[in-house]
Formats: sequence, C-alpha cells, structure tokens
Amino acid sequence: MDRRSAQSISPGDALPERPLVCDTVQLFFYNAALWNAHRIHFDAPYATEGEGYPGLVVAGPLMGDWLTQCVLEWMGEAGELVSFEFSNRRAAFVDDPLVSGGTVRSVDATTGLVSLDLHISDADGQVLTPGQAVVRLPVD
Amino acid sequence: MIPLLDDKVLSHIGKSEPPQKELATRRDIRKYSVATGQRLRKFLDGDEAPPLFHIALFWDIVPLDELLTDGLSVDPLLPEFPLKRAMAGGWNIQYHRPIYPGDELVAKRTLSNIFEKSGSKGPLIFYEITRDIHTAAGEAVLTEKMTRILR
Repeated sequence: MDRRSAQSISPGDALPERPLVCDTVQLFFYNAALWNAHRIHFDAPYATEGEGYPGLVVAGPLMGDWLTQCVLEWMGEAGELVSFEFSNRRAAFVDDPLVSGGTVRSVDATTGLVSLDLHISDADGQVLTPGQAVVRLPVD
Repeated sequence: MIPLLDDKVLSHIGKSEPPQKELATRRDIRKYSVATGQRLRKFLDGDEAPPLFHIALFWDIVPLDELLTDGLSVDPLLPEFPLKRAMAGGWNIQYHRPIYPGDELVAKRTLSNIFEKSGSKGPLIFYEITRDIHTAAGEAVLTEKMTRILR
C-alpha cells in the first residue's frame, strides 16, 4: 500500500473504486453479527409481499461500513480516522451490483487534516449512501 | 401548520438510558470483519475493530416475545410519535481511539433532539440519539449522533 501524506494528495484526487455485491449469505452474516432480527433483511416473502420491496433489503449501516473501508484502505496505516458520517438515502437490495468510491475535497497541509466525499452508488450511478470523512495524514 | 409534536413528546428530549457495558472480544471482531467484507488483515485477525463495530457490539438484545412482527424491538428511549414510518437515517461519528480486543466499553445513549419540518410530501419528524462510548477506565472512544426521520 502507498504511504499517504498530506503532501502526496490534492483536492479532486479519486479514492479507488470497489465493486460490491451483498449476497444473501453476507446479509445473513451481517445481521447475525449485530443480532438484528429485522425481517426485511432475511425473510423474502415478508420483504416483498409484506413491505413491498423488490427483494431483501441490504442493511444501511453495512453500506456505511463499506464507506469506512474505502477510506481506510486508501489512507494506509499512517493515517487516522477523525470523523465519519453517512446517510442511507435510498435502499439497495440483495445481489444489486454496487460500487464504493470517493474524492478528496480538501487538504490542510499544516495539520494533515483531509476531508473526503464518499459514496455507494448503484449500477446507474445513482448515489444510495453519501458520506464524508475527515482523516489525519502524516505531514512530511 | 399545526405542530405535530406536543409538550409531552418534547419532554423526552434529554432523556438517557443507564450505561450499557460490553466486552469487545477478538471472536466478535473477526465475525464482524468477515460479515462486512473487510480486507485489512488487522480487522480479519481481530487485532483491532473496524470503525463501525460498536454498532454490532451494542445492538440491543431482547427476548423473542418482545420482538414486533417486523422483527424489530421497541426502543425504550423513544416516546410514542404521531408519525410511524421510518425513513432514511444518518450517522455522524467522532473518533477518539480505536477499539481493541479485550476492551471493556461503556455506552450511554441520550435522546438529544426531537423536531419537525414540513417536507414536500407532508410533515416529517426528526429525532437524534447521541451515543457516547468510553472504556471502563474512562478513556473516550467515540461519540455518535444518529438521526432518524419519520413520515
């Protein structure tokens, strides 16, 4: 992994995109790890006939987690996550092809604080889960 | 516009729960890391917890007969709201230090705000829950604000 520093990046730089698909097994594991029994995540007849969704709903905080992975994998071990926010604007469903990515919004070369814009998007490029993070990178 | 939120509902602002204490174990961190598709070794090995692991660690555990038909449980921190349908939620987290296996953690939740706005398709109720997590020794770990919208 590249060593990032506040001097090695610029506003507008893209974070690597990652294709993501939540299948039934991953959705089961995620909700089991939480102990979350919300039926829209595992009971397909309930999700579709009961609540009118096109399929099992991907858990919102799982997509938030994917945004943190996008940041941490790009930032490297020398960086530090200062703050993170996301919101679940639109639902995603099991087996939907999604992608995570982001852009550097601003860099403070004195403090090393870097703000990032993040997103989970669907196959049409529509943003389902926007997010933002602030990280502290080493100052060379 | 006639206000949806009366004084009785608004009086819940500031209400908090008794602190909840949990132990972060390597096994739970590893399960969470596999479930979320982590690729960094330190997370998969459970040497450190991913940044949203606390959501799993502090998820409420309630008896089967207290689950509602949709599988959720009633949040004891919330009053009865005049709008029921939950829309998108937002999360904002300030990090102070990572969580490691063996950490004894204490979380305290407070219903920090309730307010209403008129949306394009009708009124909306917003509520905000603040969760402060620190170690049993008193070291700050993170502060989280979760906002939910009801319509």
